[in-house]
Amino acid sequence: MENNLKRLSRFRRHRAVAPLLLVLALLSIGTTFSVAGAATSTPLSAAEKSALIDEGKQLFLKGCSSCHGLNAEGGAVAPSLIGVGAASVDFQVATGRMPMADMSVQAMRKKPVYNEKQVEALAAYVASLAPGPEVPGESQLNYERDGSAAEGGELFRTNCAMCHNFAAQGGALTQGKYAPTLMGVEPRHIYEAMITGPQSMPVFSDKTITPEEKLSIIKWIKAAESEPQLGGAALGRVGPVTEGLLVWTLGLGLLVGVAVWLAMKAR
Amino acid sequence: MTARERIAGNVANYVDERTGAAKWMKKNLTKVFPDHWSFLLGEIALYSFIILLLSGTFLTFWFDPSQREVIYEGNYEPLEGLKMSAAYASTLHISFEVRGGLLMRQIHHWAALIFMAAIVVHLMRVYFTGAFRKPREFNWIIGVGLLTLGIVEGFLGYSLPDDLLSGTGIRIAEAIIQALPVVGSYLAFFAFGGAFPGEAFIPRIYTVHVLLLPGAFLALITVHLMLVWYQKHTQYPGPGRTEKNVVGYPLLPVYMAKAGGFFFIVFGVTAFLGAVASINPIWLYGPYTPGQISAGSQPDWYMGWLDGLVRMSPPLETHAFGHTISWNILIPGLIVPGILFTGMALYPFIESWITGDKREHHLLDRPRNAPNRTALGVMSLTFMLVALINGGNDIIATTFHLTINQIMWFSRIAIFVLPPIAFVITKRLCLSLQRADRELVLHGRETGRLVMMPHGEFVEVHEPISAEKAWLLTQHEQNPALALEEHDSSGVRRPKALKNKLRARMSKAHAVAVPKATAEDLKQIEHH
Repeated sequence: MENNLKRLSRFRRHRAVAPLLLVLALLSIGTTFSVAGAATSTPLSAAEKSALIDEGKQLFLKGCSSCHGLNAEGGAVAPSLIGVGAASVDFQVATGRMPMADMSVQAMRKKPVYNEKQVEALAAYVASLAPGPEVPGESQLNYERDGSAAEGGELFRTNCAMCHNFAAQGGALTQGKYAPTLMGVEPRHIYEAMITGPQSMPVFSDKTITPEEKLSIIKWIKAAESEPQLGGAALGRVGPVTEGLLVWTLGLGLLVGVAVWLAMKAR
Repeated sequence: MTARERIAGNVANYVDERTGAAKWMKKNLTKVFPDHWSFLLGEIALYSFIILLLSGTFLTFWFDPSQREVIYEGNYEPLEGLKMSAAYASTLHISFEVRGGLLMRQIHHWAALIFMAAIVVHLMRVYFTGAFRKPREFNWIIGVGLLTLGIVEGFLGYSLPDDLLSGTGIRIAEAIIQALPVVGSYLAFFAFGGAFPGEAFIPRIYTVHVLLLPGAFLALITVHLMLVWYQKHTQYPGPGRTEKNVVGYPLLPVYMAKAGGFFFIVFGVTAFLGAVASINPIWLYGPYTPGQISAGSQPDWYMGWLDGLVRMSPPLETHAFGHTISWNILIPGLIVPGILFTGMALYPFIESWITGDKREHHLLDRPRNAPNRTALGVMSLTFMLVALINGGNDIIATTFHLTINQIMWFSRIAIFVLPPIAFVITKRLCLSLQRADRELVLHGRETGRLVMMPHGEFVEVHEPISAEKAWLLTQHEQNPALALEEHDSSGVRRPKALKNKLRARMSKAHAVAVPKATAEDLKQIEHH
């Protein structure tokens, strides 16, 4: 895909580019109009879209610009948002990570400040600045149909478990950063995290992990999330640390308690 | 004589005529054991071992110790169709398809953790009460051997299922073997039958786990118990208890009933844990492949301190003559544990060298009456605890919102600073307790009753303590430090002066005590 783009970009200063682009733009506007006129629900009309972008801009100026700059160009404490795309905004704002509560090492997941409509507006505004990854639609997220849990588990253990732990419970990174737990995270947000690489997370492009593989990973995470506690209390699924703690508290506590009782008995 | 008694008598007679067991039984079934809860700690370890043998045997019926690659076709859907070793697949089979298999696996693993924990608390009891002193030094060494074997045996068991966590542990074990200078890489190749992971390691450690080490355990435990039998159990001091007698209950019926009942209680607690709490959910870890790792990979608790030491060690390496020496693994993985365990094994001899005490001891010390020993024990435990905490630094970091770097630096400093502080505090505490004992003997118990004297002064009434209590608080010996002069009477320096100086110094530190209350002290007080 990248090679194709490179090949295309060689022609970007060609004489025919400008008229071609004009035709393309007219065509796309025409199609958009006809589609928007026909279907009432999805794709927004240009007017609606620009209204949404305007609303997003107002929200952005009030809530985000003090750190990210008046034109989302970034500042001393926050990165530029030009080109991060709608997916990034949707992930960061809809999970409550943005706006940040404080300037700690990492934005925490918390109750979202903006409602769904406002998030959409903010995403539309940021996406209007420059193209970037889009919010995946419902049809792209049908992991139950398109994913395979076993393959997803294998991919998860190869690419994700090193930070998020074997059961997606999260884990520690350096200097107070951490990979959060993936339990109870919306499939959409897991997908967005993979394509945008928030905070310390790398970007898993569609070339490294294809969209189907991403859905497999999501399917495995959801399977792990809904798996009944097969062996009894799960103890946080973080490995031997909590098991050791339970042995030294409950296990040995009970046994030493019984020993004391036995020594008092039958005098 | 009823018919039943006659039959029992006939059976007993039949056996006795052929084995001569009656005399032995008569003598030994009335053998007396002292009764104290802390004497049951070792029994927890013994019973856990029996549970391990039974549950382990059950697991061997289905476990396939092979690294042959198979494709999973069992019940657990999220692993369906994956390539894995037969070892891992058979562990999944035990967990999901064998009736009671998961419960048995969990009982086996919980029993292993309880076994090790019970060994450690038993060791603490023996250490802090001075039960390792003559004539029990050999039994102490056997105990240290059992602890060491337990760590190895536990680690091998943790490695057998060949899940992602197992494999990670084996990888670290391989790294520790490789860290041995010169022979390391040869040894690793020998152990793994080639390059890591190979196909030989799991079959090999299986034989060691189910045959060699359990055999060694059985032999050592037998000797351990026979020595207790032969040397008789130690007892806590008290009125009527001397170095020459044992006060307690006969083996039959009292002790037998208690011990037998306790076995079932230990089994019950282990089965309870196995039934209600998940341990090592191997199906979530997935099969081992060297390319994968999980965040928060930890060993079981009894190796957590070792992992903690490795985690805190700075990245030190030297390169010489084409060899790399990885001090960052060699020091925390082999040298420090080697020093710790050798020191522990030799401690009875070191203490008797320091105190010059070569007599037999069957009466236990109250920990406060041996401040130096108690302080040294608390110091060692503090060291282990700091290392153990650092072993779980990632889990602690995410749980308490700390940074892993802070915890690592805390441990790096604390491992040197906290143990000596613990030593000083413990020693002071012991001496304070001795002082409190002395006060109690001399001035009696505070009753909380205030009395106004005729001249208006308020005094609190003190009641004298019972004779038994007073005996308990004053029965211990307080031996002076060894007198080892550096120079003899004619002013000539003795040979080995430096060694003697060290010995005298340590002996002096060991003999520090608050003088216990004596009869004269009491008389003087009464006189006032």
